[in-house]
Amino acid sequence: MGTQSTGWSGRGGAAGDYGLMRAAFAGTGTSFTEFLADYNPEYLPGRRAASLGASTGTLPFDPPHGTTIVALTFPGGVVMAGDRRATAGNVIASREIQKVFPADDYSCVGIAGVAGLAVEMVRLFQVELEHYEKIEGTTLSLDGKANRLATMIRGNLGLAMQGLAVVPLYAGYDLESCEGRIFSYDPVGGQYEEHGFHSVGSGSVYARGALKKIYRADFDATGAVTAAIQALYDAADDDSATGGPDLTRRIFPVVGVATEDGYRRLSETEVAELVQEVVDARLRRPDGPNAPLR
Amino acid sequence: MSTSFYVSPEQLMKDRADFVRKNIARTGSVVVLNYDGGILFVAENRSRVLHKVSEIYDRIGFAAAGKYNEFENLRQAGVRLADTRGYLYDRRDVTALGLANAYAQLLGSIFSEAGGKPYEAELVIAEVGERAEQDQIYRIPYDGSVVDHRGFVVIGGAADAVTAALESTYTEGPSLGVALRTAVAALAQSGGNGGETRELSPAQLEVAVLDRERQQPRKFRRLLGAHLTALLEDEPGAEEAAFEENGESAEEAAGSPAAESGPDELDTNSLIDEALDEGGEGESTGDN
Repeated sequence: MGTQSTGWSGRGGAAGDYGLMRAAFAGTGTSFTEFLADYNPEYLPGRRAASLGASTGTLPFDPPHGTTIVALTFPGGVVMAGDRRATAGNVIASREIQKVFPADDYSCVGIAGVAGLAVEMVRLFQVELEHYEKIEGTTLSLDGKANRLATMIRGNLGLAMQGLAVVPLYAGYDLESCEGRIFSYDPVGGQYEEHGFHSVGSGSVYARGALKKIYRADFDATGAVTAAIQALYDAADDDSATGGPDLTRRIFPVVGVATEDGYRRLSETEVAELVQEVVDARLRRPDGPNAPLR
Repeated sequence: MSTSFYVSPEQLMKDRADFVRKNIARTGSVVVLNYDGGILFVAENRSRVLHKVSEIYDRIGFAAAGKYNEFENLRQAGVRLADTRGYLYDRRDVTALGLANAYAQLLGSIFSEAGGKPYEAELVIAEVGERAEQDQIYRIPYDGSVVDHRGFVVIGGAADAVTAALESTYTEGPSLGVALRTAVAALAQSGGNGGETRELSPAQLEVAVLDRERQQPRKFRRLLGAHLTALLEDEPGAEEAAFEENGESAEEAAGSPAAESGPDELDTNSLIDEALDEGGEGESTGDN
């Protein structure tokens, strides 16, 4: 199959499309990733391990890393939020990177780890879900989608061994069980369902600590979003790679909510309002809300 | 050792074309037409699962007549092509023209390939533009030619009769309800016993739109159940209701019995016609 790809100019146009159409016509199955791997494996993230100089250890450069993602469930849905910082070593590579993305109509994915690979993997995951839906005429179950993501992480194992790990957090509204659910992954593709709340990335230790103290199982959506913003604030407070809310540039965390009405990214204004409340409260008590001792 | 007789290329192509035309003539028709808010697909199809009309990409829809397993192969190939292009470049770089050309080359080569049998399928690829004048409708017959259509196009068994009916009834830029009823009336005029007009109920129709005004990037939407019935019967407010976002509820409705229990006014004649039609398409075993 690999030879077919060399016949394709890769520049589009009718002539270029024909080689691709022939491959598409010969293709079977419902997985876009598998089709692309057959057509030209070079197009997949994680299949370029060989061209990166094999397993000689550390890379000669420090690619930008995305940092902290938090997710928590509330009755009727799930919230996911991510800070906006990407770091390359001690340099801030980006102040406004987006790390939380819609995966399909009912779920979202947030990614910590090597930003370039992560963003590419998210795009592939989005196409994968839509592709299945179009080919099969029906959507995958939430567990099915979570498993597809695990397979894609496993495909990245070669690069993870060289230090280019991608660690996603997947959350969505399960239309069958009618609840929000969270799945976490490790760099080799292990998949774990989390209950209540979870966090990944360099600031996740602090974010999870914060959520442990402020999480309530009976949050409404606004309460859950506020808790997510509090947790990110705590992560940014103690982890230099996590960005806090940038009030001067008006850059706020990306927050998404998935409920039975589908996934929705909160608007800048909605997030700004809640961030302002959190920051105002921190002016009075910099360490954030006080959890009762007993 | 077998003796091979000389067959002239003209005769060979004619035999193949006759074979395909004969088989497509036994299948139900599909109308694709412009309405003021996008592109409407109306197919005669009793199955809720084996679609003749489908989504290919954000703004691109697919309609087919002929043999199910063959046009289903073609549809899946189109989805793979579109998704690959969209992933490698950008979602905006997937166009109906590119897709139509790729289909044309594929069908053309299948048609003329020695050994294999030609595909018994005729396709329509339609793209809804940002503005009405950017809408595109391409018909790709079994031999791999491409025809660009304005306003409406019909494929399938009764294509000529339905086209003739539409030529006298279709006016430019109808509303959704008017376009739907025009298309259904044209379909109903053909296929009856001795040219009589049939009654087509919602359960015999597969209807979808590429809705220009839809907020999401994916403009394709099926019209099902109550929405469809209300539109067909020209109930007041039906168009507004159909434009309300019923994306996910439509998906659910597809599987729920509620969607299929629309008012059923089948007369036995049309039932038998449909059964024949299904029989024609149903012989999807073997050839693949």
